[in-house]
Amino acid sequence: MTILVIAEHDNKVLAPATLNTVAAAAKIGGDIHVLVAGQGAGAVAEAAAKIAGVSKVLNADNAAYAHQLPENVAPLVAELGAGYSHILAAATSNGKNILPRVAAQLDVDQISEIISVESADTFKRPIYAGNAIATVQSNAAVKVITVRATGFDPAAAEGGSAAVEAVSAAHDAGTSSFVGEELAKSDRPELTAAKIVVSGGRGMQNGDNFKHLYALADKLGAAVGASRAAVDAGFVPNDMQVGQTGKIVAPQLYIAVGISGAIQHLAGMKDSKVIVAINKDEEAPIFQVADYGLVADLFEAVPELEKLV
Amino acid sequence: MKILVSVKRVVDYNVKVRVKADNSGVDLANVKMSMNPFCEIAVEEAVRLKEKGVATEIVVVSVGPSTAQEQLRTALALGADRAILVESAEDLTSLAVAKLLKAVVDKEQPQLVILGKQAIDSDNNQTGQVLAALSGYGQGTFASKVEISGDSVAVTREIDGGAQTVSLKLPAIVTTDLRLNEPRYASLPNIMKAKKKPLEVLTPDALGVSTASTNKTVKVEAPAARSAGIKVKSVAELVEKLKNEAKVI
Repeated sequence: MTILVIAEHDNKVLAPATLNTVAAAAKIGGDIHVLVAGQGAGAVAEAAAKIAGVSKVLNADNAAYAHQLPENVAPLVAELGAGYSHILAAATSNGKNILPRVAAQLDVDQISEIISVESADTFKRPIYAGNAIATVQSNAAVKVITVRATGFDPAAAEGGSAAVEAVSAAHDAGTSSFVGEELAKSDRPELTAAKIVVSGGRGMQNGDNFKHLYALADKLGAAVGASRAAVDAGFVPNDMQVGQTGKIVAPQLYIAVGISGAIQHLAGMKDSKVIVAINKDEEAPIFQVADYGLVADLFEAVPELEKLV
Repeated sequence: MKILVSVKRVVDYNVKVRVKADNSGVDLANVKMSMNPFCEIAVEEAVRLKEKGVATEIVVVSVGPSTAQEQLRTALALGADRAILVESAEDLTSLAVAKLLKAVVDKEQPQLVILGKQAIDSDNNQTGQVLAALSGYGQGTFASKVEISGDSVAVTREIDGGAQTVSLKLPAIVTTDLRLNEPRYASLPNIMKAKKKPLEVLTPDALGVSTASTNKTVKVEAPAARSAGIKVKSVAELVEKLKNEAKVI
């Protein structure tokens, strides 16, 4: 068995989710190859070669792959991947965008967002917003799988010494082009990788009040998240959303402030090790999953918490 | 131009589902069913494009049981012109659904196909991408803005770090994210009118599509329950517990 892992990157830096995906590949067992598809992503290929457990890195450098357009990257992955037993990618917006297209080209059913590897052909994945866990078995010749990063501890970023091999295959479907992007700027840790996450909901009342959460987060070295209600109300940008339709996090500590705890929000955070809820409504569903609940006005509790930690 | 919108009948998003005792699946008997929320956004976007004069006809399609006619009637009440049900009692995978949709795309030749980004039951997030691959079209997934100009469509997509805009040649596939629009409600007169709109029923056999799957669900279990927590009385007590009991700060 040989497993192909698709590297998640921005042409400059290898994203941490790749390490969790390699860890999932290691649980399946067999040789692990990593594909870096991009433009001028030599540094990413070098970083991938150092991941413990990786035996080969394929570097496909082409202008057509610069922005990870699925119309161009998927045919490359399908062509290279046809000889592998498994193709894995992180369940990031890129992985979710590209991999189903690969599965279609290989005429197999993809398995989305696995959280555990039972055997080389059997995997567990959450369905119904995490309210049920399905065990899925695949008899496909090539198993195409996206990996939920929070389900696997990352592989060591150092220790490997894989050879980097250039791949010349060029695919340009000509059906799509990159126009531009607007990335949210933040100095805080990345939401999906943070050890502590502080999230605000509708109870924050406005965007300005999120400053209380930022102050607390900075003191704790935490990332700041939000519920869909806070995003829809325009308090914060959508890339901060935690939940079924946003990001899935599983930090050591998740502090939910002014969040009622709808099913869709819980889907994104209920695997956190310790959950703290601060809410003035003692009937809020969030208290049913919180390890520590504090019924209080967040505008008094959060500044006090910031002072005491 | 003609727009094809795909909708799915799913368990209502407010329902807390229960796993069956024999671990064969979740119990959907006597549970409220609705149109998948992302599909509502897809219908809304198509209707808005028609209101702007960009779209001339909206065809709504669902792959599912005969009861999915309810969701198709809802889409007709919201502004779709006609409906197609590809009837299948089985629980189909994304690949099978996409193959059936591809057959409908070949028949209808729409310029734009809009789907939701994921169904809230299977949480797969695959069908739109698979359909795009099968038809060889460009894909604009997780769309928060769709602008058609001439023979291309600019799609602003929600990505992990923010937003990205891509331009796709038409025909193309778009999947909706939550922030694309705010779906409207169907008015009573429109619900009455929708009953007279055409609804065609097809079968996978008639479309010549095999719905065989490479995946098999072995069992479905309830997730591990979290042990009950405690309520603290003050911020000071909370900090003390986090430091000394949970040891997370």
